[in-house]
Amino acid sequence: MGAPPLISVRDLSVGFTGRTGATVPVLRGVDMAVCRGQSLGIVGESGSGKSTVALAAMGYLKRGLRRLSGEVCFDGADMFARTRLELEAIRGGQLGLIPQNSGQSLTPTLRIGRQITEALRLHCKMPEAEHEARVLDLLAQVRLPDPEVIMRRFPHELSGGQQQRVAIAMALAGEPDALLLDEPTTGLDVTTQAHILELLRDLAAERNMAMVYVSHDLGVIARVCEEVMVMYAGEVVLQGPVRQVLQDPVHPYARGLLASIPRLGERHLPVALEGRPPAPGEAGQGCAFAPRCGLAIDQCRELAPPMAPDGAGNLVRCYRHQDVGGLDAARQGSLPRRCDKRSGAALDLGAVAICYTAQGWLERMLGHAAPVLTVEGISIAIRQGETVGLVGESGSGKSTILKTVAGLLPPVAGKISLCDKPLPVRVEQRAPDQLRRVQLVFQNPDESLNPRHSVADILAQPLRLYYGLKGAELYQRSVEILETVRLGAHYMDRLPGQLSGGEKQRVAIARAFAAEPEVVLCDEITSALDVSVQAAMLELLNEFKRLKGTTYVFVSHDLAVVRALSDRVAVLYQGRLCEIGPVEAVYGPRSHPYTEVLLNAVLEPDPDVAPKLMAADVVELSPPAMGCPFQRRCPRKLADICDQKTPPWREFEGGHGIRCHLPPEDL
Amino acid sequence: MISMLIRRLLLGVVTVWIVSVIIFAGVEMLPGDACTAFLERDAKGEMLAHCREAQGLNQPPVERYLSWAAGAIQGDFGTSMSGDQSISEMVGLRVKLSLMLAMGALIGGVPLAIFLGVVTGIWRDRPLDVFLSTGAIFAMTIPEFISATILILIFSIWLGWVPGIVITPADAPVLDFFPEFILPIVVLGMVMTAHIMRMVRTSVIEVMASDYVQMATLKGVPFRQIVFRHVLPNALLPAINVVALTVAWLLGGVVVVEMVFNYPGLGRMMVDAISDRDLPVVQAIAMIVATTYVCVNLTADVMTMILNPRLRTLYMRAK
Amino acid sequence: MSDMAAPGIPRTGRLRRMGTVLRDMAASPSGAIGLTLVVAHLVMALISPWIVPYDYKVMDSGMVLSGPTGAHWLGTDEFGRDIFSRVLMGGREALLVTGIATPLAMLWGGMMGILLGLAGGRLDEVMMRVVDAFLSLPWILKLLVLVMTFGNGMMVIIPTLGFFYGIPVIRVARAATHDVVARDFVSAARARGHGRFGIIKRELLPNVLDTMMVEGAMRWSWMLLAFSSLSFLGFGVSPPTPDWGLMISESRVYMPLSPWGVLGPMVALSSLIIGINLSADALAKAMGIDRARKAVV
Repeated sequence: MGAPPLISVRDLSVGFTGRTGATVPVLRGVDMAVCRGQSLGIVGESGSGKSTVALAAMGYLKRGLRRLSGEVCFDGADMFARTRLELEAIRGGQLGLIPQNSGQSLTPTLRIGRQITEALRLHCKMPEAEHEARVLDLLAQVRLPDPEVIMRRFPHELSGGQQQRVAIAMALAGEPDALLLDEPTTGLDVTTQAHILELLRDLAAERNMAMVYVSHDLGVIARVCEEVMVMYAGEVVLQGPVRQVLQDPVHPYARGLLASIPRLGERHLPVALEGRPPAPGEAGQGCAFAPRCGLAIDQCRELAPPMAPDGAGNLVRCYRHQDVGGLDAARQGSLPRRCDKRSGAALDLGAVAICYTAQGWLERMLGHAAPVLTVEGISIAIRQGETVGLVGESGSGKSTILKTVAGLLPPVAGKISLCDKPLPVRVEQRAPDQLRRVQLVFQNPDESLNPRHSVADILAQPLRLYYGLKGAELYQRSVEILETVRLGAHYMDRLPGQLSGGEKQRVAIARAFAAEPEVVLCDEITSALDVSVQAAMLELLNEFKRLKGTTYVFVSHDLAVVRALSDRVAVLYQGRLCEIGPVEAVYGPRSHPYTEVLLNAVLEPDPDVAPKLMAADVVELSPPAMGCPFQRRCPRKLADICDQKTPPWREFEGGHGIRCHLPPEDL
Repeated sequence: MISMLIRRLLLGVVTVWIVSVIIFAGVEMLPGDACTAFLERDAKGEMLAHCREAQGLNQPPVERYLSWAAGAIQGDFGTSMSGDQSISEMVGLRVKLSLMLAMGALIGGVPLAIFLGVVTGIWRDRPLDVFLSTGAIFAMTIPEFISATILILIFSIWLGWVPGIVITPADAPVLDFFPEFILPIVVLGMVMTAHIMRMVRTSVIEVMASDYVQMATLKGVPFRQIVFRHVLPNALLPAINVVALTVAWLLGGVVVVEMVFNYPGLGRMMVDAISDRDLPVVQAIAMIVATTYVCVNLTADVMTMILNPRLRTLYMRAK
Repeated sequence: MSDMAAPGIPRTGRLRRMGTVLRDMAASPSGAIGLTLVVAHLVMALISPWIVPYDYKVMDSGMVLSGPTGAHWLGTDEFGRDIFSRVLMGGREALLVTGIATPLAMLWGGMMGILLGLAGGRLDEVMMRVVDAFLSLPWILKLLVLVMTFGNGMMVIIPTLGFFYGIPVIRVARAATHDVVARDFVSAARARGHGRFGIIKRELLPNVLDTMMVEGAMRWSWMLLAFSSLSFLGFGVSPPTPDWGLMISESRVYMPLSPWGVLGPMVALSSLIIGINLSADALAKAMGIDRARKAVV
């Protein structure tokens, strides 16, 4: 490291004025240095201040925030001391930003071509006439198909992956020396994410840029960074080379975080981190992590530890970093509860077909064709106590199927039965007992809990409805249920707005289990949560399974999460079933080409494992009218047969089925 | 897209038809009929019979509705009760005068409102914004007859700069109303400007807080260019509908202002007709105002649909 | 940051929530001014008959159109009546009429809107066209026709205002219902199998109510505006009852001689309407609703 760092942040503290008038810090004494050709990752959970650091590196603070101390230098001079003109020249020029949600970061009323040209005009001295050629060149560089077409599109006409590529092209337009990436792939499907990261790796190698990646996902960091900074409650707690940090982190928080990530090849459930991070301004005298730390001693609670080298190339903010290895023995993930193979049927879907869009009268009069079915031919038989995972990318119809099972969206064809008895398709036609036995948990607890109801009101609803409980009995039972999700009676009169994300989801789960259901439908219930909270949720579900033998239908886009909990997995593409079978079989060597594509794209928090990119990340709006639904993206497509004939089910031992034209020995 | 346009147009036609039914049925439901209402205590014997004959009140209601509606479509609303004048002619004259007021207020007010809305939205919570926003609340909420009275008191009674009352007859050439129409236009303009300004301000604030404006800032786009290229096109789209509502209000509901200034517009004619119980005239004015309202809103909807790329593709895809 | 729970005292119950909302409203200067104005007007309307210095209808031909004096703080009008006393009492009729008609409008408009929002389909579409049709007619025409036909008694004006001002409320309530119905907690209640009525009462109403409160405050201010406009035009309150709109219209003629006859009632009426609007803004802010985004109908 001979050259001076391109971006250097020294002792940066940022805060806002709280309701009481006191200054509440969001960042506390952050140091960071990145040189040309280097890539640094910033990891942390929501609220850790990681995005604030990245934006501060551009000399930008969100409305309401202000710098309390420290400086942010780019190319030798403090960004906060520069004039507006200087900032305008640097931002988007030498220093590019790739934002988190490109869909919302592109101006909706401007065509893609004009937005990139704008960046060119501001930061490149080239004749106007060459702009168009340069835009096409940039779009081709980020590997967008048909640059001429994309150029004339509006942002909303592109898919999420395409929007992200456009944002990258726009950042590259200024020929930057450094790129800041704020969660560049969050919210994208696994295959798209893997493609974008590969693109970024190649660009970094080609251009010798300094890169700062901000992400909550250690898998992403492992793939693209050499150096990692772990943030907790507005502080950097650990910094070191990526291999060291991911394989043997010397800070208790980083170690806990890593243990809470589910792995594809791991049979154990991930281990949750107990407690929650302090709210801004809540951290006291000592180490911010001390209240949750298994190693905390009195010194930790009294005096915040300084950032110090550990002798192995890391900088760590912990007095006891030599002892963190001892934490692992105490933390061993429990094994997921397996179901009994001989148990009876719980839920049976027979050739279910669902159509989302109904035709209006005018469309029918004008003779438009009937829309293609959103979901078709789903047959899954689920045994009592079994957990079936439904996986697929966005738009695969997995959540739609859950809605139908819950009776909210009647299917156009097919049958559903519960414990061998037919279940009416509409919620209104179901008997109270049938309703009680199937419960649904939603993705986002902010949406699924009524903001006006206290926790007591929320839990009282199923108890009153199904069991007719009242008064003291109702209260007693509600508290009991709260305790099963590890929340105490003091939560009873809180409103959802006064709970953290994880606590809200616990309440939602408690509400479902208050009905003593046999089947619980989980719709991406962990995807809105931080990983450490997610691990706690998975443990909780496993606990209920052990105690009550509950049957789960578990929908998720995250293959590792599904792996952690499920007995069997069904893989969906465009509302059609591709593969179904026991977890070991589906995640094993023989699988449907689509499953293979998905599994290979998964990023593990391990710098030595690289994803394999097999299929293009095209987003399809509707399934093809005939043939195999995966025909357009399949890397192992046979000749015309895939386009014309619906593939046959190929059955293997252990109830493993694959729907593909490929001969069984090639799968 | 075409099917969306057709659909929107059909809805407009249906609304106008429902309006006509409401107006006709509403008048039918009042005790008595147009003749008893108009003649009041004199309504007996020959005079009543003669009047009913002239207004065609002896036919069954459905038939009368059909012939009234057929006439209305062709712009013929029959004759008034009082002067046996053609209603269309009488109303036409007044529509022109009301239109003049509305145009005056619009031409001055809309650009000013948009300008102030943008300025206050961009520099929100600064002293200028606080001052203008508070002013807007006053302008918006103080009843028009109060603001009109204040203006008359100051500018025509104390300062004597402009006349506070219109004395030019309705059938005089339009230019004769200068300078009498200045105060009415100012009063209308104030209310309208305040409404649109508030709406634009909110819209600008929302867009300024959006991810894409932050992105443009971090792309190094100069502030002025951010405002003109990234903020305005997005912030002004929702303003179209508010402008439309205000236009519709200007064309139909300015009764109070016309009464205060004695301005011979459509609104005053409406009050006069109601006072005289001249129901055919009331029906005609109601029909014209309602149709204008529907048309203006329709235009605004279609404009938003065409100007907003997001809606445009949405509808194209729906097709 | 959004993931953090607000550590604090648990507050539940509608009353306690109203308490916090009121506190938040009063915390901003404009909200505090608005609330003070509204409360002051309400109190004045209640107690004015017992505190006014003069009888509002007693004329004094020796003291016509006088300016402010020690005996007559705001002077006297063209009949020699004490303007101050008349201003103090001039809001009673308007507040009484709108005070009854506003809840009436909110109730019927709100219920209708919620039902239509839930029903959807053909019925909803047809009814919304009727609502559009009513909205397209100028308000003064609708009111005047009825007042001219049936008289200006309170038994006519209250239901008339209540009916016509409930129509735009239908739209607002329907939109609010649509917003809430689309959320997962309603789906969750449906999936649990709660009855339609239970869902309306427990899930829908508490969330629609906020919007309706703000809407109610706005309707109230517009209704006051309409009522005083009617009085101003001579179709509302009959003389000699003191009413701000009527007083302004009567004293306008004498403005060149003495402006006090219009100034008093103008300040009174404006301060009430501004007070309501400031309160509505503060209420919307305290409840987290953006008031200016609502269309002006």
